[in-house]
Amino acid sequence: MVQARHRGLMHTLSLFWHYVTTANNWWGTTGIVERTIAHVRISVVATFVAAAIALPPSVALGHVRKGGLLAVSIVNIGRAIPSLAIIAFLTTLTFFGFGYRPTLVALIVLAIPPIFTNAYTGVRNVDRDIVEAARGMGMTSNEVLLRVEMPSALPLVIAGLRISAVQVVATATLGAIVAFECLGSFITEGIAQQDDGKLLTGAVLVAVLALITDGFFILLQRALTPWMRRRKRRGIAPVTADIDVAATAAAH
Amino acid sequence: MTALLANDANSLVWWSWVRGHTHEIWLATGQHFRLTVVAVLIGFLLSTLLAAVVLRFRWTYGPILSAANILYTIPSLALFGFLIPITHLGFRTAEIGLVSYTLLILTRNIVTGIDGVSVAVKESADGMGFTRWRRFLSVDLRLATPAIIAGVRIASVTTVGLVTITALVGEGGYGVFILDGINRRFTTPTVVGAVCSVALAVTLDVTFVLIERLLTPWSRRGIAA
Repeated sequence: MVQARHRGLMHTLSLFWHYVTTANNWWGTTGIVERTIAHVRISVVATFVAAAIALPPSVALGHVRKGGLLAVSIVNIGRAIPSLAIIAFLTTLTFFGFGYRPTLVALIVLAIPPIFTNAYTGVRNVDRDIVEAARGMGMTSNEVLLRVEMPSALPLVIAGLRISAVQVVATATLGAIVAFECLGSFITEGIAQQDDGKLLTGAVLVAVLALITDGFFILLQRALTPWMRRRKRRGIAPVTADIDVAATAAAH
Repeated sequence: MTALLANDANSLVWWSWVRGHTHEIWLATGQHFRLTVVAVLIGFLLSTLLAAVVLRFRWTYGPILSAANILYTIPSLALFGFLIPITHLGFRTAEIGLVSYTLLILTRNIVTGIDGVSVAVKESADGMGFTRWRRFLSVDLRLATPAIIAGVRIASVTTVGLVTITALVGEGGYGVFILDGINRRFTTPTVVGAVCSVALAVTLDVTFVLIERLLTPWSRRGIAA
């Protein structure tokens, strides 16, 4: 029994190996290259659009310290609505049709809550004493926002972008269910055609892309906020200790 | 509004379809509920074990959370893709995937909750002659309850959403309606699946809020005072 299962696993791995080493599977409109590009492109576009929509109001609300309930509700609602349901619902509106458009809109909608809530929390939770000190130095409200609150909020803002981007990459996979050609297509086709090689190829590529996205934002955060690491090394608690509490991603 | 009131296959919700499928809707509710509850329960037991390891051996916190975070980062469809060749379509595959997504949230909240108990409170308990275990059970654990339940709430709501995807693994639930709606380009099942899923998530969330109130009566007294 154990041996049979073992052979099954090896067999699956060899199917996977066979699939990724066949040149035909890489090229053409349904090849690995084309689908990877489509997957990355829709994820980048969705994350950028979501950031453009979510950042201005969240930073402004955080600056005037109003709208806390909105920030909490928006993230809770985002968590309760299944991403598959949003994509599916959009396809039912004839305006969107199938494929790229409903997937893109769903990704933007899903990416907004973490970016919004984190940016809001980041700006709002800047130490009042620091803000008062900046005012005392004669800074105008705008200067306080740009030179004090925004830099302090940066780690949380990037954390929000990171959560959203990873979620977008993950959810773009579901676009395959509504006929959007992406890495998820290998998974849905693999299940439908009972082709384990294809299925595993899709799974590996999607997982690797999600982990690369996560890693990219970790590096970005290090590059843009070097003072956070210095603080950590010196054993000073990070200002934004509530990073984890403020934002957990929705299901993907 | 007219789209809601109209009664044919082209409207947003075709009510006679809903009336004709109440049996299927209840069946899906049972499947969806069972998949969610089993996943959160097993996830909670595993996370309790992990949290116990972390609280005993501090250095394991980083590695355990990183591992849980990697699991959480892997998209559900991909995780099912890894599992299907090994465990095949079915309940087990669905549950392994679902449980692995609860670990990060639950483990982190259990550890943060217990860590958040103030030293002064612990010392008072020690001063009152509590043994280490009794203090843990009747002081630390009780004060950590809100944080732990907050974790269970997030995990449940997240899992309800993920269960819609397990329809692809052939385990039923509301996802079947959503997929059916997509395949037939027919709005009603999709809307029914989505609405039911959100309703189940909200119901579970409210249930846990009530459980929290029952378990932490002092927090209500605090508000009243």
